[in-house]
Formats: sequence, C-alpha cells, structure tokens
Amino acid sequence: MITTALYITLAMICLAAVLNVFRLARGPDATDRILALDTLYINGIALVILFDLLLGTRLYLEVALLMAVMGFVSTVATAKYLKRGSVIE
Amino acid sequence: MEQLPFIAELIISILLVAGGFFSLVGAFGLVRLPDFYARLHGPTKATTLGVGSVVVASMAYFTLHTGELAITELLVTVFLFMTAPVSANFLAKAAMHRKVSCMEGTRGEPWDQ
Amino acid sequence: MTAERFGLPQPWLTFALFVVWQFLSDGVTGASVVMGLILAIGIPLITHRFWPENPRICRPWALIPLLLVVLYDIVVASVSVTILILSPRQPRSAFVAYPLTLKDPLAITLLASTVSLTPGTVSADVNDEGTLLLIHALDVDDDAELIRSIEQRYEKPLLEIFQ
Repeated sequence: MITTALYITLAMICLAAVLNVFRLARGPDATDRILALDTLYINGIALVILFDLLLGTRLYLEVALLMAVMGFVSTVATAKYLKRGSVIE
Repeated sequence: MEQLPFIAELIISILLVAGGFFSLVGAFGLVRLPDFYARLHGPTKATTLGVGSVVVASMAYFTLHTGELAITELLVTVFLFMTAPVSANFLAKAAMHRKVSCMEGTRGEPWDQ
Repeated sequence: MTAERFGLPQPWLTFALFVVWQFLSDGVTGASVVMGLILAIGIPLITHRFWPENPRICRPWALIPLLLVVLYDIVVASVSVTILILSPRQPRSAFVAYPLTLKDPLAITLLASTVSLTPGTVSADVNDEGTLLLIHALDVDDDAELIRSIEQRYEKPLLEIFQ
C-alpha cells in the first residue's frame, strides 16, 4: 500500500512542479519568478525524501537538508538584489 | 519491503498523499491567484505543510522499519518552517519596492520605505 | 552573568546547537555528545561578536502552549486556504497595518514569522520605528477582527515570554 501511495504522491508533486514551471515561464514580474523557483526547490526536497522512501535508504537526507539551506540562501539573495541592487552591502 | 502493521501502513499512506495534495494545491494557487501578494500565500503554507507531512511519513516509516528513532528528517521540516516566513517577507518587501500592482478590490495600501 | 564566566556567551545558542547536532547525527551516541559539546561551546565563542545583545527571555516554558496553538492553526487554516484556492470565487485581500505592543526585536521577529506561517496572512514589512507590522491577508471581511485575533492568539503569549 505504501508503494502505491508513494507513486501517487510522486505524480502529484511532479504535477505541482510543472505548474510551478508554468508560473516561472509566465512571470509577469521578476518577483513572481523568484517565488516560483522558491516553490520549486521546496517541491524538490519533497521529491528527494520520497525517493529515499522508495529506495528504503536514508542516504539522500543530507541532500534534502543541503537543498533547504541553499534554496533559502538563494531566494533571499535574489530578493535582496531586486530590492537593493546589491546582495552584500 | 517488509510488512508493517496495517494501521501503520494506512497512516503513512494517508500522510504521503496529504503531503502531495497540499503541494499540488500550493502550486495550483501559484497559477490561479490573480496578483503577486495573493500568490505569496500558496508556497509559504501549502507547500511547507506538504513537505512537512511527507517528512513525518518518512520519519514514521523508518522508525517503524528499523526500530531506531529516525529524527534527522525533523531537521528539514524545522528548517523549512523557520525559513519560509523569512523568504516570504523578503519577497514581499522586494515586490513593494518594485511597485508590483495589487488586484482590484484590495483594501489598504502597500508601503515602501 | 554566571554563564558568561564559564565561557558561554550565549547559553541558548549553545543549547540549540547541541540539540541540532544530536538530531543531525541521528540519535545520541558518545561520539555525537562529544562533538556536539565541542561545536556548541566553540561556535558561540567564535561568532559572539556578530550577535546583538542577548534577548531577555523570562518564561521559556510559555513557548510550548504557543507552539501547540500555532501548529493547530497551521493545519486548520491550511484547509481553509485550500478550499479558497480550489473555489472559483475571487479572494478579498487586504493590507492591514497591525499596531505592535512588543518592543524586543526578537519578539517582533517571532510574531511576524508566526503571522506568516499561519495561512491567510503574510507579514510584509515592519516600519522603521518598529511600531507597525504590515500584514497582507488573503481573504478577510473585517480588518479589526483580524487584528484582534492576532493579538489574542499570538501577541499575548509572546508578551508573557519576553517581559
């Protein structure tokens, strides 16, 4: 049963990623694109954890953690760049 | 995969599908909602809650499977819950600075300083 | 004061680092305790110049009921936002300026994060004086009602913790 649920969830999150890419392509403003990328990396974390479950290992957890850290830093950096024109003042 | 008790399998499956559902709703909101400020609501909550329940499902699965407490996953959730408001705040500030327009019928004014 | 004399400029940071390291190494073992202690004592010593003064936390245990309320609200309000997103009608959004009673910067940060995490509201900005919090609400009818509920649910417990 878990395997079936895993495949259903994988399909749902992949569909969510496609919707995010639609917003990424459409815009209209740069902030919308950053928001779409932000959502995309969070969905990526979910995909990595699901992949972990599917394989029955916990090897990729560090990948998920690193994605969380890097994604947060890049979102903040790009948002700050839009507001101030520079990242580090 | 080894056999788990039926009730545990059921709970884990429900958590997984609920997580996928919330992520999907967040992404759908990102496409459907009319202006940037409204779209900001989708990912900060729906998606974070989606990943949250997937992570809880993973924790439950590995804890029951190996018999050892699996808590590293919790760190991912805690980190996401801590960072989601901060990135939403930064994005809202950037949008107000760029004078991104609101949809019709929005009460109140965004300010920029 | 006493904690500082033992080489712990930030006792709370030390505690948090130690706990996070135990989580990272997946369970408490001898090695993780030793390594955690080294990191938890070393990192605050190296970085203490970057930190502003310590926040004054008076009742840390009062955080636990607040945390439970916030978790409950996240789940319940997520469902309502889900219904809103899936229904075809247009949301009635609004910018609401929330008057802050809290003074401590950390307390204001916590309140803003809580407001952002609970669905339906995102905190957008704090004015320079730290007296107003600009909140974007996705779907509200009554601004005063929103302000009152935030004050009752989140700001009151935070006031208790920090003052």
